[in-house]
Amino acid sequence: MIEWINKIFGMHDVASLHGHSGDHMLGVLHWFMLILFIGWSIFLGYVIWRFRRKKSPHANYYGVTSKFPTHIEIGVVIVDGFLLFGFAFPLWAMRTDPGYRPTGDDVVNLRAVGEQYRWNFHYAGQDRAVGLTSYELYSGANPIGLIAEDPNAADDFLSINELVVPVGRPVVVQVTSKDVIHGLAILPMFSQQDALPGAEIPMWFVPDKEGEWNIVCAQLCGAGHAQMVSHVKAVSGEKFDKWLAGQTPLLPKK
Amino acid sequence: MSAAANTISEVAESESHHEHQIPFWKKYIFSTDHKVIGVQYGLTSLCFLAFGFFLMMVMRWSIAYPDRPVPVLSDWPWFQSWLDDNGKVTGDLYNMFGAMHGTIMIFLGVVPLGFAAFGNYVMPLQIGAPDMAFPRINMASYWLYVIGGAMMFASFFIPSGAAKAGWTNYSPLATITDHQYGDLFWTGQTQWLVSMVLVISSSLLGSVNVICTIINLRCKGMTWMRMPVFVWATLSTAFILLLAFPPLEAAAILQLVDRMGGTSFFIPTGLNISGMPLDAAGGGSPLLYQHLFWFLAHPEVYVLILPAIGIVAEVIACNTRKPLWGYRTMVYAVLALGFLSFLVWAHHMYMTGMGPAISSFFQTTTVIVSTPSVILVTALLISMWGGSIRFNTAMLFATSFLPMFGIGGLTGLPLAFNIPDLHLHDTYYVIGHFHYVVAPGSIFALFAGVYHWYPKVTGRMMSEKLGLLHFWPSLLFMNGIFAPMLIQGMAGFHRRAFDGGRAYETMSQQVYAEPGSFLAVVAEKLHIIDPHAALTMIDLNVVTSASAWLLAIFQIPFIINVFASAFVGKKVKSDNPWEATTMEWATPTPPPHGNFLTPPVTYRGAYEYSVPGAPRDFTPQFETDAELVAGSEHTDDPDEASVPVH
Repeated sequence: MIEWINKIFGMHDVASLHGHSGDHMLGVLHWFMLILFIGWSIFLGYVIWRFRRKKSPHANYYGVTSKFPTHIEIGVVIVDGFLLFGFAFPLWAMRTDPGYRPTGDDVVNLRAVGEQYRWNFHYAGQDRAVGLTSYELYSGANPIGLIAEDPNAADDFLSINELVVPVGRPVVVQVTSKDVIHGLAILPMFSQQDALPGAEIPMWFVPDKEGEWNIVCAQLCGAGHAQMVSHVKAVSGEKFDKWLAGQTPLLPKK
Repeated sequence: MSAAANTISEVAESESHHEHQIPFWKKYIFSTDHKVIGVQYGLTSLCFLAFGFFLMMVMRWSIAYPDRPVPVLSDWPWFQSWLDDNGKVTGDLYNMFGAMHGTIMIFLGVVPLGFAAFGNYVMPLQIGAPDMAFPRINMASYWLYVIGGAMMFASFFIPSGAAKAGWTNYSPLATITDHQYGDLFWTGQTQWLVSMVLVISSSLLGSVNVICTIINLRCKGMTWMRMPVFVWATLSTAFILLLAFPPLEAAAILQLVDRMGGTSFFIPTGLNISGMPLDAAGGGSPLLYQHLFWFLAHPEVYVLILPAIGIVAEVIACNTRKPLWGYRTMVYAVLALGFLSFLVWAHHMYMTGMGPAISSFFQTTTVIVSTPSVILVTALLISMWGGSIRFNTAMLFATSFLPMFGIGGLTGLPLAFNIPDLHLHDTYYVIGHFHYVVAPGSIFALFAGVYHWYPKVTGRMMSEKLGLLHFWPSLLFMNGIFAPMLIQGMAGFHRRAFDGGRAYETMSQQVYAEPGSFLAVVAEKLHIIDPHAALTMIDLNVVTSASAWLLAIFQIPFIINVFASAFVGKKVKSDNPWEATTMEWATPTPPPHGNFLTPPVTYRGAYEYSVPGAPRDFTPQFETDAELVAGSEHTDDPDEASVPVH
């Protein structure tokens, strides 16, 4: 019921576990905003009608003398505090505090490396450990600069512009960029992270619905920004494992 | 104060004596008179606003119809060179127009109009000053702005075109753009930085001048708590400009040396541009630029809105014929906004990877900063209760400012929190939010100011009929532009896409209204969608774009009104045609050099309307009790407005 107002305002699909609490908070905010706006509008409409010159030829020097406005003001501050402490702080801590970041066996680890104008999704492969990379090794065949000497890199593979994720398992994405700032916005997963060159920043989510959606580049990255389209595919666990097994490693076997 | 008062009469005397000897170019072009500079600022910034609007109209064409050539413009030979072979807008051109739309509207349009034009013209009159504290610095400030603005404009016509890395000009994109053009200095990005340094310097000179003027040049009796809200707003704005602009000036200079001098303040190690390693030392931080930028650019929002709120307060008090409700509270709220605006900048950077501690701080400050804004809007709204409201054009604009700014403020609420921002960051929801604050917010307030003070500036009234023809369509189409943006934002449309988000099909093809539903039928009737089709999110682009073009058409009455009324408008019968209480209405119309014929004295607070037992429904700040009684017997006498020497 609370999220219903978001749907009316055009809300996109939500397909991740934490996305529903985000959607819920947004719904609470929208109801709060709507009530305030309707209240103010009724007051304004009445004042315009009641105190126009024709109906009210003489103004009253004192105007409103009741304490009602102060009470409303205090009420708004209380709701703000409730939103901060009840929703915003705990929810954000669960997203970004390293203590909450999943580490179990079922975690899908990958890197998202932005470049003009595509996303390189660098999967850890079967060993679930992402191989080391270096900017000195960037090449056409190895666009993410994967280091062959690192044992973790052996089964790492690349999926360009297609992010495949399993429903019900946590996905941890380290977001970075090779050139300018991009933004990895996976809206149905209620997830977004700027891709800053020179930094790797984690973001994570647990998909809870199968489907296929666009991933948006959320930061202006040049003339091709509008066409930097990639996809997220949320599939069942078995399908994901099959897909994973069918991938060829980026680096040829030694 | 008395020293200032003495010089007033001297200045006034000597100037009026020599007035006929001042040559035209010195009187109207290189003038040091705050009123002439105010009008210069006003006209220049209105031109820039119109130009910024033009850029946006081209962008809106590209968003609504990315597969069709731009009408009219694609036939102009010099414009064709910017378009692709089919006459359509390219990604580069869109980015260029987008970056310049933002830059021009903010730095060359709304700030100069609100702070510099009204601040220059009205503020010294309202405090009873003969001029600004530093008239020559004032002139320097205006001309720096003109040179910076002209360079910004001229950068469109150099081979690279103007800047195209967004108005935020983030490094590294801004640093690496346009390197294919031989001389790096003559590229749009570099010119943007140089022009910004000039424009910022201009604002710094202006802010110092305003602060000194308000502190030192108030007339006798103009105590702090008798100052009109607009003066307080200008003072608070001046402090924001003074303290917030230097970091951006520093950032612009650092980015300039990154571009021209090979340094790497904002360039991290190991960049690889289109398969080629970037030739830079590296080791810098792109986040540093963002911090420096937003440390200015968030307070800048209050530079855009505070003078607007000040103007609305003046217009509402005058036209409701009653004092403002909670004047003191409003003053403290204005000062609190000025201070708190410095503590919230990183809420623009929630998506850069912010941990729980820092984000809790910035979420809290952001929520706190909303409180004084709510207080200001509530106080203005409650001020109207019990009034006898005169709905002239100025008052209509000021009244509609309240709900429009209200929408802008309320939609800021979800953006203040991190979690909803995960969904809404950099979407059209944000665009809708801040345009509601600035376009039907600030700009409506500035229109109200133009209609309100026009008779003082020119001695003639603006046409009310044209004013209504300007106001009602503007209100309608402003909402036609920005309301659909909020919906598209919720649907996940991101900003800065020249095709309006078409490439992202799972967002753009979402159905907003099923075939046959009310909205779909209306859209069918308006020929936005095919008969019996569903209204999808992408179709809303057409609603927005059409509203934008119609909004442009209905600015024509305003342009005619501003220019024609100066010659054919109804002449004002008195120096105080709105029967207002503040000091600016004590001057002759239009005010001469030196402003007041005799040293002005302030006797009471700024908004003494409908005082019980008073002879008239307004009790001006500049009249003694004896004059009030005398004045009530023949109010139409224009000489009544001047104050005798005591």
